[in-house]
Amino acid sequence: MGLFILRRLGVMLLTALCLTFIVFWLTNLYPNLEKLAKTQGNFRMSDEAVASYLEDRGYLQPTVDKFGEWLGVLPGWVTTGETPDETFGRCFPAGTPAEDRPTRCGILQGDWGFSTVFKEPVGETVLTRLALTGKLMFWVLMLMVPSALIVGVLAGMREGSKLDRSLSTFSIATTATPEYVSGVIFIAVLASSRFGLSPLLAEWGWIDSKTLFLGSATSAMKDANFWNFFLPVLTISLYGMGYIARMTRASMTEVMTAQYIRTARLKGVKFSEIVLKHALRNALIAPFTVIMLQIPWLLNGVVIVETLFNYKGFGWLLVQAAANNDIELLLAVSVVSVIVVLVTQLISDIGYVFLNPRIRIS
Amino acid sequence: MEQLTWTGSLAGLNIIFLGLCVMLALAVAAQIVVSFLPASDAQEINPDGTVARRGGLAGGLNRAVILLFALLVLVLLIYTIAGAFMGPQAGIFGGMSQQMLPVWIALILTFAVSIHFKRRLGLYGKLFDSTVGMIGFAIVMFWVFTGIFGGLFDLLVTHDSLSQTSGMKNKLPGTPLRSPDEGVYPWFLLGGDNLARDVFSRLIKGSWVVVQIAPLATLFAFMVGITLGLPAGYYGGRLDTILSFLANLILAFPVILLFYLLVTPEIVMTGIPNYMAVFLFIFPLIFLAVLLNSRYYTQPSFRTPLLIVVLGIVGWLYLSLVSTDGAIVATDTYRIPGLPSMIDLFDIDAGVLVVFVSVVFVNSPTVFRIVRGLALDIKTRDYVAAAQTRGEGPWYIMLWEILPNARGPLIVDFCLRIGYTTILLGTLGFFGLGLESESPDWGSTINAGRRLLSLYPHAAIAPALALLSLVLGLNLLADGLREESLRD
Repeated sequence: MGLFILRRLGVMLLTALCLTFIVFWLTNLYPNLEKLAKTQGNFRMSDEAVASYLEDRGYLQPTVDKFGEWLGVLPGWVTTGETPDETFGRCFPAGTPAEDRPTRCGILQGDWGFSTVFKEPVGETVLTRLALTGKLMFWVLMLMVPSALIVGVLAGMREGSKLDRSLSTFSIATTATPEYVSGVIFIAVLASSRFGLSPLLAEWGWIDSKTLFLGSATSAMKDANFWNFFLPVLTISLYGMGYIARMTRASMTEVMTAQYIRTARLKGVKFSEIVLKHALRNALIAPFTVIMLQIPWLLNGVVIVETLFNYKGFGWLLVQAAANNDIELLLAVSVVSVIVVLVTQLISDIGYVFLNPRIRIS
Repeated sequence: MEQLTWTGSLAGLNIIFLGLCVMLALAVAAQIVVSFLPASDAQEINPDGTVARRGGLAGGLNRAVILLFALLVLVLLIYTIAGAFMGPQAGIFGGMSQQMLPVWIALILTFAVSIHFKRRLGLYGKLFDSTVGMIGFAIVMFWVFTGIFGGLFDLLVTHDSLSQTSGMKNKLPGTPLRSPDEGVYPWFLLGGDNLARDVFSRLIKGSWVVVQIAPLATLFAFMVGITLGLPAGYYGGRLDTILSFLANLILAFPVILLFYLLVTPEIVMTGIPNYMAVFLFIFPLIFLAVLLNSRYYTQPSFRTPLLIVVLGIVGWLYLSLVSTDGAIVATDTYRIPGLPSMIDLFDIDAGVLVVFVSVVFVNSPTVFRIVRGLALDIKTRDYVAAAQTRGEGPWYIMLWEILPNARGPLIVDFCLRIGYTTILLGTLGFFGLGLESESPDWGSTINAGRRLLSLYPHAAIAPALALLSLVLGLNLLADGLREESLRD
């Protein structure tokens, strides 16, 4: 087991390195750098001005060198000015005395760089945004996992029954509804003061506010409540739910045809007891893996929903960083998301072994 | 001209329609409740000694649900057929139904022919034994025909999808034009968007974008996945380790991040999408070459001319696909010459190419994993061992023994994956990546409409529902196919 985890960690590290290098390479292509220089400097820069701007800021070194500097294994670039005061580098601003200048600054030294869009250190930015998205994800999981499991177990306990068919159709419908479709429909139906349900309900006096839900989650960043936070949570959970429910159903139907369930039925155990005591525990092993592997997919949903509902979390940060070619921020964002993907994969593998006695023993 | 209502002179049917909907919902709910009760085993003995089992409450409910469903379909058919004849007199639905007339005819023809010959059509024919499969197929074909007739032949649409009409900005569905010229359709059936363009016509033009790109991109992804996945599963070993690592590498990328990195004008300028196109589009060529060669290499007199003809045609298509204006890659600093524009069959816009390439790129690793898994499973079967004993080559076994036996899951996944590709295309449009902002594709239209969503939702709702129905249709179709292919 220990060796297995060690090997997986090694592969993870290699994957993360490869992926960050790809992101690094793509963001450091010359047209991207040119765009960066023009948005940072001004849009009417001549080609020579762009080149000297990039040269001064170390962008024109070979990609591998820059990558090494970003990692912190190579010394950072230094641009020597005419006076010692004007000398600046990757790790220190102009005016730093020579003895205070660190040579290396990168991930290994704990320095994630400086965001060119937000004008603040990348590490802090990512952490604050990640906390906001963490709040969103927590509620998404709280809503999605129990409801998906209930739907899947109910559908799978009597295969082919009416309940099974209705719930299966429901799960198919949710997997066919991407977030940008369900979000748009929810806002139009539930959060518009002119269309959908809200005007009706307001007329009947059932709701105090103008709309049933708020179509923007910006206020939920500070203080989240049911009114402003439910729609984004629902939108993300719905898309992921169908898939988990279908996997749970498949696993449940398989368990329900097993020999020991038949034995229990023949012994005269009550159906509810069979489902809850005998079937459920074995049926929930497979969905665990699916839920863990679903988390990286939720990341896509988070980006879409945060854009749609204007919730300034991690997904919104990704869009901002990518749209403005903010290289260091984008790298930090991709490192975080790649780690999320790989860690969830690792947890799902290890968890599967722990949950499933058949694998553990052999 | 006056404002159209949704159903116009057929408004009397609405109450029946609503009533049927409510009753159907109640009946299904009742059925679910009844399914929890223990079944009543009411039996009666007939005079001739046979035993008949009565359906009891559950049976009666079942019949009621079927009846209500049939009635509901009938009312919907009345809306559609009456609308097709009455046109805008029957409201917005009538107007749309009349515009869609060629689609209805094509659908009816397809279904009539398919059902008539269904016993001779293999898996496709069996699809018409399953209700779910038929519903899915009908929805998918509806959009395919809409795309072909509307996008390719310019039928169906009421106005130009790009031109703006004065006074129609953000107008509600069914608004008449202010002063229509002679011969111009006098209404905006689904209203106007925030640039005063006709939502209905853009919806139809948008379906063509999806119908063109999604199946083709999925097909290319399958070619890549199959060509790499079969040897990875069959040979295993180091090849498998390397290929699986690469596949996992791409899969570990959040899709949206990848899109944001790849689908930008700056990346198009560097020529990277062209290199990727050159790499990814060669796989169908390799696939066909290996497929034919492994089968016929024992008969060189037949194999050689066959390969020359097939590879010649496919190679020509390949070169036309990857070269634009006589160059495969053309950047500011250098260019790699390709097929001269004289014999270049078609040119693909750089924006569309980058979208196409990235969608193929994102989908292929998943297909690779599926094919690899299937190959790992099937290679242990007896018929593979028999082929090995016969002395067949590895590629013959992979392509002519393993692949045909893996077709069931692959066909089902193909349908699902077209749906997923549609969602990806919508995502790209939603973030304004790739296609131009005035492109009528559904994602871009949703993106344009979402800013005014709470005030004028129709401009975003129409493409959202269209996308939803297409993906749902593909999912239902896949479900029907899965059911029918398991029944063998």
